[in-house]
Amino acid sequence: MMNALAALLLRDMRLAVRVGGGALIGVLFFLIVVTLVPFAIGPDLALLTRIGPAILWLGALLANLLALDRLIAIDQEDGSLDLILTASLPLELALAAKALAHWVTTALPLVVAAPLLGLLLNLGPEATGAVALTLLAGTPALTFIGLIGAALTVALRRGGLLLAILVLPLTVPVLIFGVATAQAAIVGPVPFATPFTLLCALTLTSLVIGPAAAAVALRQGLE
Amino acid sequence: MRLLASDLACARGGRQVFRGLSFTVNGGEALLVTGPNAAGKSSLLRLVAGLLRLQHGRLELEGSDAERTIGEQAHYLGHQDALKPALSVAENLGFWTRFLGGQGKAPAALAAVGLGALAHLPASYLSAGQRRRLSLARLLTIERPIWLLDEPTATLDAPGHGLLAALMRAHLAGGGLILAATHGSIGLDRAPELRLSGLR
Repeated sequence: MMNALAALLLRDMRLAVRVGGGALIGVLFFLIVVTLVPFAIGPDLALLTRIGPAILWLGALLANLLALDRLIAIDQEDGSLDLILTASLPLELALAAKALAHWVTTALPLVVAAPLLGLLLNLGPEATGAVALTLLAGTPALTFIGLIGAALTVALRRGGLLLAILVLPLTVPVLIFGVATAQAAIVGPVPFATPFTLLCALTLTSLVIGPAAAAVALRQGLE
Repeated sequence: MRLLASDLACARGGRQVFRGLSFTVNGGEALLVTGPNAAGKSSLLRLVAGLLRLQHGRLELEGSDAERTIGEQAHYLGHQDALKPALSVAENLGFWTRFLGGQGKAPAALAAVGLGALAHLPASYLSAGQRRRLSLARLLTIERPIWLLDEPTATLDAPGHGLLAALMRAHLAGGGLILAATHGSIGLDRAPELRLSGLR
């Protein structure tokens, strides 16, 4: 069973970095969104510092959404999903492996790119580190909540917009606590640990609920 | 080993596809599912694989591990090839082999279906017939008693038909079961036929 999980994880990561995969798209989109903000706001450094964490978080949230509609649909269109559904590997685990591969190839590059983009937003080293840390802790929640949306919209052609409408409201708590944690680290007055623990709790909860709910959604669609 | 189906009924999208369908397939036997378009041939195969919900009736596999579902003991070869264009031929086959719980025999299986020389080619360059051959290779790397083949000869050339017939005969000789949906001859001459007429 571990063998099957590893095979699926490896294949999805491979597909993401090959031609037509979504790995680069997300980080490029993130780069563009965050780069545009200073141009839109103007050279007000204090303002940029204040809203910097929020911009990085919004960019990450939207970039994460980009490739999500292909997460399961790509396997549904070519018949791979049929084999995954009938395999002895529990569907929940298979979906978790797919989401993990998606996170590693799409969200992890965002975490790595965040410190560089922090420079553009006039964030100090400490603030940049804090934002990167909150992204590392919070983006798995975005991916695993998105997994539910991907499973629900799997049968729709071009379900991307519907997926965004389904998923974005559910990611609001993650966004709130992600930005709150970064702000707590930069300006206070709340201690860093309080919102950070809540952010981690959100991530851990979605790691469990996401694959289970997505599996239920896919099984409902067996018709 | 014996596949028993009794009084199966299937509905898709609110439309009754078939009902009251019963058949038995013994180990070493093939059953050809025939009938006009929309008679429910593909639906029947998907039902047996566990990809459709059983509306009514029973499906049993006698003489097998009761812990495993029929789908886990069957190879389902549908209209779609379950291949990723961005991966090479060997990577595609290697993935399914490992995912479905096997190991090793991939090069031999590729050679058996006539793709031995193309192992490193991306699957996007394969023709439709070659894609079908690559899907067939999956049936060889992992041994499963039941083969569910949905129009397996589609897109195959004449040597491909012969290859498929030889593979199926070897599978039957080893005690396997085959359930194949087809419109024409697939090279199994004495196989019984289950004709679906379709409900109106």
